[in-house]
Amino acid sequence: MPQIVVEGLVKTFQVAERTPGLWGAVRGLARRRYRTVRALDGVSFSIERGELVGYIGPNGAGKSTTVKALSGILVPDAGRCEVAGRVPWTQRIAHVAEIGVVFGQRTQLWWDLPVVESFELLRDIYRVPQARYARARDTMIERLDLAALLDVPVRQLSLGQRMRCDLAAALLHAPAILFLDEPTIGLDAVSKLAVRDFIKQLNRDEGVTVILTTHDMDDIEALCTRVMVIASGKILSDGPLAELRARVTRERWLTVDLVDAAAAIEEADATVIRRDGHRVCLAFDPQVVAPAELIRRLTSHHAIRDLFVENPPIETIVARLYAAHGAPDGAGAL
Amino acid sequence: MIAEARPGPWRPYCAIVSARFRMLLQYRSAAIAGLFTQAFFGLTLIMIYEAFYRSAAVSARPMAFAQIVSYVWLAQALLAMLPNVDADVRAMVRSGAIAYELCRPVDLYSLWYARAVAHRTAPTMLRAAPMAVFAAIGLPLLGLGEWRLAPPASLAAGAGFAVALVCALALACAISVLINISLLWTVSGDGIVMLVATAVSLLSGLVVPLPLLPDWAQPILRWLPFAALADLPFRIYSGHIAVGSVAVVLGRQLAWTAALVALGRWLIGRGMRRMVVQGG
Repeated sequence: MPQIVVEGLVKTFQVAERTPGLWGAVRGLARRRYRTVRALDGVSFSIERGELVGYIGPNGAGKSTTVKALSGILVPDAGRCEVAGRVPWTQRIAHVAEIGVVFGQRTQLWWDLPVVESFELLRDIYRVPQARYARARDTMIERLDLAALLDVPVRQLSLGQRMRCDLAAALLHAPAILFLDEPTIGLDAVSKLAVRDFIKQLNRDEGVTVILTTHDMDDIEALCTRVMVIASGKILSDGPLAELRARVTRERWLTVDLVDAAAAIEEADATVIRRDGHRVCLAFDPQVVAPAELIRRLTSHHAIRDLFVENPPIETIVARLYAAHGAPDGAGAL
Repeated sequence: MIAEARPGPWRPYCAIVSARFRMLLQYRSAAIAGLFTQAFFGLTLIMIYEAFYRSAAVSARPMAFAQIVSYVWLAQALLAMLPNVDADVRAMVRSGAIAYELCRPVDLYSLWYARAVAHRTAPTMLRAAPMAVFAAIGLPLLGLGEWRLAPPASLAAGAGFAVALVCALALACAISVLINISLLWTVSGDGIVMLVATAVSLLSGLVVPLPLLPDWAQPILRWLPFAALADLPFRIYSGHIAVGSVAVVLGRQLAWTAALVALGRWLIGRGMRRMVVQGG
């Protein structure tokens, strides 16, 4: 049986509508109009033990609402949800003892306390026996390189340092499932790589199931074997990254550096999508024209310094998927 | 190797109390500043009452002057014990970090009650002792023996006061948690917090000793929970409430605590169900 089963999850919120301006604010006091937002509109999926699943979607698509329902802090209006055989919101205490959660934009560490004291508090809150705690802590210190940070009060940590400490904090009680809500948001390149390596290793070596929401497509490419795309409360796509790519477009991109920046490119089976001085980027469908054939035609007409073929970046794929389903602010979210 | 036992179910709550306690004890400069302000306020109030008592007829005095003086000093010393919002909880509700609080395998009401215990006791301990030393020993040394905090009316009154104070703390924490729970509905909660803080300091006797308020107000004050926070224990201390009636006071304190804890537990369940965690 899958570790996580979600079936037909629905959650609606009432949002008060305000008319802008002072007069609107005054009128809002007397009569308020509410708009119903369907944050989750029949979401279903299941996840096996040990999977590393990416969960992506534009802002307000329902990612965080799903994570909150899965972690038991939000009660949906309809639908079924079981995590390790438990309904998260009715068996909240037993459930949360076995999951770890990181909300990237917030910290679970105590602002005024040194990091290690936060760890000790979490040990007590999760009632982890001392020996087990010491082992988990030492592993985290080593893998996340925390030794120099332990005695620093959390408010003095940089964002990257804080995120590493937050990851450790979420794992001290050795949860079987880890929910990560935008764990790389705002991090610099080095910290992002460190966080990604850690998540990958955790999933591979300990078999921890990881569900990761993100706007960073590099996270997805680097980590996830499976991607779920949500927009307007509905799952648009669920499967391996390659499958998502194939479903949305077969398109490839050929980028060439011309010797003559002014040369006109006329090619029936490919379209110029970008031109920047000497550099030209062409989109083509490999089933219409083989890459080798296209390159032969181009090199026979033009002097070319360099060229390469690539897949469109995952950002483009996802933006097209959102656009195809009329997601409200698909492009803006990327 | 013998498997290590899992720590007991009380462990999380003790840990929270002790961590908050240690953190709050760091705010020493605030405590010292508060001490000066409160000494000043206490002296001002006592001078006002002295002026009143010199001019009013003897029959109009519901409390002896010495009883008023000890009432004022106890109020200044124990100000921090009165119910108030937990700034941490308020910040969490606002920022959405409350989500983490709900991800802890603990009973939320008990967790918040534990927080309230720490928030009410730590600053009180920092302030009460120096305030008592100033009022009981410092003032006589300055030649102001009339205005000093006198010892309890009797040994029994002192013991009754101590027990009533512990019960007042339990009640203050129950009210504090109710204020915190209100944040689940109002989010910012500044209105409720200010309203409750003002109401509590007036109705518990912090502004004016309750026996000095008009006769028509007395039955109302008696039926509200707030007198049990400060007024009743202070009057036990000075002998204004006879030792024989202490049991009645304790009974009222405990009954109110039980009722408000039950109310809080019911409300927190509803609040969690309707709560929208802020952001993302």
